[in-house]
Amino acid sequence: MAHASTLEPLASPHRLTMLEGVDEGVNTCVHCGLCLSYCPTYSELGTEMDSPRGRIFLIASLAEGRIALTDSVVSHLSLCLDCRACESVCPSGVPYGRLIEAAKAEIERQRPGGPLRRLFRWVNFDLLLPRPRLLGLAASALRLYQRSGLQRLVRATGLLRLLPGTLSAWEALLPELPPWGGGTLPEHVPARGAVRARVGFVEGCVQRVVFGAHNQASVRLLARSGAEVRIPREAACCGALHAHAGERQRARALARKMIEVFERASVEAIIVNAAGCGAHMKAYGHLLRDDAVYHARAERFAAKVRDLSEYLAQRPPVGALGRLPLTVTYHDPCHLVHGQKVRVQARQLLQAVPGLQLVELKEADWCCGSAGIYNLTQPEMAGRLLERKVNHLLATGAEAVVTANPGCIIQLALGLRARGSAMKVLHLGEVLDEAYRRGGVGEG
Amino acid sequence: MATLTESRKNTLRRAIQAIVGKSAVVSDPEELLVYESDGLTLFRALADFVVFPTSTEQVAALVRLANQEGLPFVARGAGTGLSGGCLPAEGGLVISLSRMTRIVEVDYDNQLAVVEPGLVNLHLSWAVGPRGYYYAPDPSSQQACTIGGNIANNSGGPHTLKYGVTTNHVLGLEVVLPDGEVVWLGGKMRDPQGYDLVGIFVGSEGTFGIATKIVVRLLRKPQAVKTILAVFDEIEKASEAVSAIIGRGLVPAALEMIDQVTIQAVEDAFGCGYPRDAAAALLIELDGLAAGIDAQAERVGAACVEAGAREVRTAKDEAERQLLWKGRKSAFGAYGRVSPAYLVMDGVIPRTKLPYVLRRVNEIVAAANLRVGNVFHAGDGNLHPNILYDPRRPGEEERVVQAGAEILKVCAEVGGSISGEHGIGLEKMDYMPFIFSPADLATMHRVKEAFNPRGLCNPGKIFPTKKSCVEVGPAYRAHPIEEQGLAQRF
Repeated sequence: MAHASTLEPLASPHRLTMLEGVDEGVNTCVHCGLCLSYCPTYSELGTEMDSPRGRIFLIASLAEGRIALTDSVVSHLSLCLDCRACESVCPSGVPYGRLIEAAKAEIERQRPGGPLRRLFRWVNFDLLLPRPRLLGLAASALRLYQRSGLQRLVRATGLLRLLPGTLSAWEALLPELPPWGGGTLPEHVPARGAVRARVGFVEGCVQRVVFGAHNQASVRLLARSGAEVRIPREAACCGALHAHAGERQRARALARKMIEVFERASVEAIIVNAAGCGAHMKAYGHLLRDDAVYHARAERFAAKVRDLSEYLAQRPPVGALGRLPLTVTYHDPCHLVHGQKVRVQARQLLQAVPGLQLVELKEADWCCGSAGIYNLTQPEMAGRLLERKVNHLLATGAEAVVTANPGCIIQLALGLRARGSAMKVLHLGEVLDEAYRRGGVGEG
Repeated sequence: MATLTESRKNTLRRAIQAIVGKSAVVSDPEELLVYESDGLTLFRALADFVVFPTSTEQVAALVRLANQEGLPFVARGAGTGLSGGCLPAEGGLVISLSRMTRIVEVDYDNQLAVVEPGLVNLHLSWAVGPRGYYYAPDPSSQQACTIGGNIANNSGGPHTLKYGVTTNHVLGLEVVLPDGEVVWLGGKMRDPQGYDLVGIFVGSEGTFGIATKIVVRLLRKPQAVKTILAVFDEIEKASEAVSAIIGRGLVPAALEMIDQVTIQAVEDAFGCGYPRDAAAALLIELDGLAAGIDAQAERVGAACVEAGAREVRTAKDEAERQLLWKGRKSAFGAYGRVSPAYLVMDGVIPRTKLPYVLRRVNEIVAAANLRVGNVFHAGDGNLHPNILYDPRRPGEEERVVQAGAEILKVCAEVGGSISGEHGIGLEKMDYMPFIFSPADLATMHRVKEAFNPRGLCNPGKIFPTKKSCVEVGPAYRAHPIEEQGLAQRF
């Protein structure tokens, strides 16, 4: 057989010109394979094209021009959750998240898809996400759809079968929106007691319209910690969903706006309670690295970003924690634990609550399958990972699972409901806020 | 690159799909590319198919099909190997065992487990850990490498010094032989009758068949563990300390050396607590009964101080201990922070020759104008010089290969060997004559022929190629008494 001819040492030099900014990253991978068993998709499928090392190899081969962006290459790269679990275990420090985002951007560039897909993406990425008011209206329409009985009617009539695959997956995944979370936050919330800091708070796009109550709780906690909180109304979407979906130009435009808004607010820290947004905003410097006007400003902005749990662990709220008799477990959002390396803070804050018992969750730092819009674009794999997660959740016997990212909250609630479980899904901010509320009864 | 015609490939694909199903075969060129290397990127070879069976029956049917069609085949675990052992050197099938990951049975009373070959090494210890047991062989890649791959390479690990290598922990194997027959070698008993066929199979680098079930021993976790870090300003002093410890009759569970280049890489990676300015450090682990372990630790510490250690400290808790081990076990991957590629050598030497050989390693690498990082099982004399290089620089690859060969020659000259635990694979087959005579090689070849007469099972490995000046032993010919039917090959 003639295969011996392929047994030559690898040809050099590499040609890394096609994908923007991947060269340093792919050359950091030494092919050791230690990432494999931590990758959710590899664990499920056992195929190395669906492992971090395999995907890096595909990206490198694309950049070298050894292969083209064929259907099968696109499918393996698209199946990546971008959960970045591989980054946490990589001894070599491969910036995997950046590589896969560059690859996804390349896929979007080469394969924008048909008019329907483009329209769908335009509605979401251009029209709704950057415009809080419009997104709010859409959410209201959705609430009406769900509560008026129209949803039941649509599902019963099989009307959904007329929609393209993605849209019907989208419909099936729609979270049952909680009732409107008590109105908009004011632009300025004073500290409770002595002022110890001035911070900005990012309301987020989806977070604001779906989980307004979590934002309210978070801001109350910040105020208790002595922070005077600024919540600029013009701050829209941070662009994380855009970047993950390969929409880089739009992501950059949103980042610039975010930077400008918070520069005007002149705050010492920028707090966010959605892990995906936090991880993305901490990487603004990289996103805008080629922008002469914004790069340094982006670095300064990024240096101020803190997840709520990260901030509260350093500056605990003032006041007594009340008793909260509850057995909970904690699910690490990928973009908190892997994206921001924030692992222990939420657990420490929970363990400090009297009466609350924290039980560890198996594979707590594994993706639940939500992953931005992944549960819409890859419903099958998202479903497998959700089932795995729910199995582990049920095995804990906890009454509630606490986490810190809207995508995870929607996904976990969906998975638990489908299994008929009564386990509650709570945001860390809600739990802590409730504990301080109980502790503060009689404070006046 | 492909050797099969399109129509033959289609026919074969259908036949394979009939065995494992459609979603368990990969044959797109882009997908096959991902399987062209293992942990050693120096060699690349493309398969025609990568197949993902889920049962012994499927593996056996695939092997029978390969025999029927004259296709070479090779088993692959996680592809973390460091000698190109799982590469499809002559095309054909890669049989990936990544979907055979079950723990079939755990028998705590008899301290054994039956597992499938694709199970990740560390996952077994995780599974039995809550009951106080673990699986002792701990290759540094244990978080990803598979037990099947450990069988192929007779893998070691830091704790080899006290607990032995993989073969000391395997009781039995269900094996699909190279002709597709399924047999059991050994079993669940400690002292099986007859030839030690398990012993022959373990370490045969996938050339004697494919293990589909593995009976392994489980050990009770030791009552007490102490992990000591000894820091040195000169690498020679660290080398002397190794012999001093063993010379005092102490048997640490592990005795590892890590040099400055490596310390700096792992500190960049995970901040494990190794002093960046040290020339070398020894990571020494004692385990066993709680009674007496402190006294042993003191004796180890005294031996290090006498040899010139500037600092000796004990990990104060489990978290610190885990972090030190994380640094040690991530070392190879961490070289990616200081170099785009590395070639790790796996030489074995008598412990007393450590200072001399380390000096020679440095000279050889410096003469080739390259850098080296050392992290290795000092207690066993199992060296891992990692030669750092950049494949994009013309000529560097040739120089690194040449330097590696010279290092192994030195190991052989001082009475050592060319591989401790990574296997010969593709990488070291031409170095076999450093330690084996033509008669040795011919004998080994006959053993291989007994298991793998058609040579379809992982061909092109272990034995020197024709380009080296040593001939492979003559092909097997039947003995006259065989021809008369009085004896037969097994």
